[in-house]
Amino acid sequence: MKDFMDRVLEKYPAKTFKNRKQHIVIKKAEDDSLQITANTRTIPGMITSRGCCYAGCKGVILGPIKDMVHIVHGPIGCSYYAWGTRRNKAKTKPGGQNYIEYCFSTDMQESDIIFGGEKKLKQAIKEAVEIFNPSAITISATCPVGLIGDDINAVAKDAEELYGIQVLAFNCEGYKGVSQSAGHHIANNNLMRSVIGTGERLPTKKRSINLLGEYNIGGDGWEIERVFKKIGYEVVCVMTGDGTYDDIKNAHTAELNLVQCHRSINYIAEMMENKYGIPWLKVNFIGVSGIAKTLRDVALYFDDVELIEKTEKVIAEEIAEIEGEMEYYKTRLEGKTAFLYVGGSRSHHYQTLLKDLGIETIISGYEFAHRDDYEGRQVIPDIKLDADSKNIEHMTVEKDENKYRTIISPERYKKLEKEIPLAKYDGLISDMHKDAVVIDDLNHYETDQLIKQLKPDMFFSGIKDKYVVQKMGVTSKQLHSYDYSGPYAGFRGAVVFAKDLTSGVYTPAWQYVTPPWKVEPLLEGKVVGGDE
Amino acid sequence: MLDLTTKKIVERKALKINPAKTCQPIGAMYAALGVHACLPHSHGSQGCCSYHRMQLTRHFKEPIMASTSAFTEGASVFGGGANLKTAVKNIFELYKPDIIAVHTTCLSETIGDDCKTMIFQVEADVPEGKHVIHASTPSYVGSHVTGFSNMVTAFITYLSVNSGVKNGKINMLPGFVQPGDMREIKRILSVMEIDNILFPDTSGVLDSPMTGSFEMYPLGGTKVEDIIDAGNSNLSLALGSYSAQAAAIELEKKCKVPMKTLSTPIGIEATDRLITELALLTHKAVPYSIEEERGQLVDLMLDSQGYFNGKKVAIYGDPDTVIGLTEFVISLGMIPKYVITGTPGDAFKREVDAILAKNDIEGSEVKAASDLFELHQWMKNEPVDLLMGNTHGKFIARAEDVPFVRVGFPILDRYAHQYFSIVGYKGSVRLIEMMLNAILDKIDRTCPEEDFELVM
Repeated sequence: MKDFMDRVLEKYPAKTFKNRKQHIVIKKAEDDSLQITANTRTIPGMITSRGCCYAGCKGVILGPIKDMVHIVHGPIGCSYYAWGTRRNKAKTKPGGQNYIEYCFSTDMQESDIIFGGEKKLKQAIKEAVEIFNPSAITISATCPVGLIGDDINAVAKDAEELYGIQVLAFNCEGYKGVSQSAGHHIANNNLMRSVIGTGERLPTKKRSINLLGEYNIGGDGWEIERVFKKIGYEVVCVMTGDGTYDDIKNAHTAELNLVQCHRSINYIAEMMENKYGIPWLKVNFIGVSGIAKTLRDVALYFDDVELIEKTEKVIAEEIAEIEGEMEYYKTRLEGKTAFLYVGGSRSHHYQTLLKDLGIETIISGYEFAHRDDYEGRQVIPDIKLDADSKNIEHMTVEKDENKYRTIISPERYKKLEKEIPLAKYDGLISDMHKDAVVIDDLNHYETDQLIKQLKPDMFFSGIKDKYVVQKMGVTSKQLHSYDYSGPYAGFRGAVVFAKDLTSGVYTPAWQYVTPPWKVEPLLEGKVVGGDE
Repeated sequence: MLDLTTKKIVERKALKINPAKTCQPIGAMYAALGVHACLPHSHGSQGCCSYHRMQLTRHFKEPIMASTSAFTEGASVFGGGANLKTAVKNIFELYKPDIIAVHTTCLSETIGDDCKTMIFQVEADVPEGKHVIHASTPSYVGSHVTGFSNMVTAFITYLSVNSGVKNGKINMLPGFVQPGDMREIKRILSVMEIDNILFPDTSGVLDSPMTGSFEMYPLGGTKVEDIIDAGNSNLSLALGSYSAQAAAIELEKKCKVPMKTLSTPIGIEATDRLITELALLTHKAVPYSIEEERGQLVDLMLDSQGYFNGKKVAIYGDPDTVIGLTEFVISLGMIPKYVITGTPGDAFKREVDAILAKNDIEGSEVKAASDLFELHQWMKNEPVDLLMGNTHGKFIARAEDVPFVRVGFPILDRYAHQYFSIVGYKGSVRLIEMMLNAILDKIDRTCPEEDFELVM
């Protein structure tokens, strides 16, 4: 494998070679702890899958909050492309507002770039308030806004005073950082600074949790909530899938934060622990074994015999409902191999589900992860910040003397730490097998080479790769949008996934790719009109 | 569905809601994909390239290959010259296109990157016989249609040459239409035996077949040598004043190729004008097969007229397409009640108003630089019988329960559209079929049982 990867890399120009080889590691033993380079600039011209800071901030974190008007300050495209494309499902609450079907932009024109766009932004906020009377507004900056120096923070502040609602400004210009990741961080910071902790509503049930880093793509969040509610938990807030402004304001009242997408939301989890004393747990809702372990971990945290029993009962019920189907799909999929290249956390989560189905992940990678997502959080103190990362504010918070609670005693925390992943994440590499390849910021050239060499049975990635890989004759599934299916999370989601995947692998269309006349020559090579 | 859209209309000067356009670079990327073995390159943040590739992929369900200069904060301060140089080197080394078509973004435009000079400076990294060109496509000017037009024009500016020897061909500039449309235009030209250079040509690229192997550069696309040779043609025919005309003007200016602008051949009248023009060129009678197609269309128009006559339509989308559709629905006896585009520009209203005036239609709202929120509000105040436009209208269609025909760009929620055409007589037949299906399906779905008909 190493020789092969060397051959792939050799084609690169010298500088590119030096860079790319640090982003690719091969696991030589099960307990091999590897160091990878991540969260650094993409080399121009590589055909990367990465997006920008704005996409991470507005597209990922803010967009799903359904009852805020999200105004994008910039030329039309940025707002347009983030309009309905991420499948963040959202139901309107009775009496509530839902802007998920809407796209708001200041549609900056040349004159705004030359003379400044603040006036237009102010006017746009005024119009949004007049037409919709929203409970709160966000403003997301796009590339030119930072370059021409529009002060969106000042505009937001003035608007807050004028209209008496919160107006949050996010300086998430596309060129900041090196990928979507910078935008996640910027969104986390401002939600923490301005929204979380400002509500007064208290949970009504004994066990309350927040789901962090769950974006309700294809209805995942709803399926997860269903199971938690069945056990008896109160879900205070989901950040941010099907999320509401009001729920986020009250997130500080929950007793535990569950972190699904570590990359996009770990900042809030850590800050909430420091400010409000709420511990956080790394969870995984994907895969039967993933969600079962998560439910058990959460029950253990709350330390209640009845809850633990109820949890086991629910797990048993849920598994009973799906195990027949899962077994069937496993017979269809077992022994197959997969490539996983998604986001900054999903490539890890989905390995659990693939394992449930007997599929081995031979290559795995992330678009915008950091070293801790690959190697585990213990490396965070050692991560050297480069110029691109230093430009993104690292916010620290103080203990809130009024709202800080000791939810579990320090002694118990210490004991629990050994049993469940409290504020702990071991990263993707720890779960990969020997010989597996881990790649950061995979590009088209590497994808093409790896598929030709390793011939996986299936490839999981996003829409930009999907049809490339499918044309190569490999089943290709989008794990950002689930190919418009879902949910894939939880017990029931696992079955939907297994069913979709089986359909993708076994669809009759594959057998028609090569025309029959290319399999067997039609003519026996007789010369027409010969002397026969 | 769209519950927050009010019937009451508040005047907006700044806030665009549910746009009917997007930004220039995606149009530039689409145009560049219509050149054989061309890699579009986005000179800006990674996000631009990612967003455009995603949206084009969602529309075509095909691979969309393009690269980016991957600007970070440093490049935004010091300029993207170094990024472009690295990109060009990597692209030719790894992806080996015949040509790289760079388009700018609001980022590189705002900082004032001079791409022309930058391209001159990377010449040493361009293998012999290969090309790098660029189009200036600032996102804050025009729309994706402008970007398409700018990129097509840029290819001509960089490449086309008048060698002094005529090639006996015509340049056919199809404008921002779909691969199926380009294929149909080629077929018509072939039937009429007209030697031509169709540019750009996304057929064979964005409707490429499944063969089991991925081709980074599929067989289709206008060849670079043909774009060079376009300077030697007898005539350029631009189909569409917004997306095709500028390139024809550039050919006239640069290479002295005479030009003529026709509208996008959507509907019977526009197709008649195209066929007449082509027949005049060949000095030959129009082939029977074309007359047969036309006759079939007129036959269908008569057969189905009862369902169209007097019905009101709302049409939105890109100017050339919308102008064509407007004229077409009038030929069916319908009333284009609302006609909008998100793309700015006065010509749109002028052209649509002229069509309406010619047909004595009054009381229609025609507006450029409009958006779907405004259109929906109008529809709430005075409903229509049919809605025609891209996928984004499906929310309005559901909210108002109005029959809906997907036409234009983008179509994100239906399949196979890139194989079919809406241009020419055959395209009109397809449009009528889609419009009838939408109208009749609604009748079937909503009428009382006693009115449910076997034959319609």
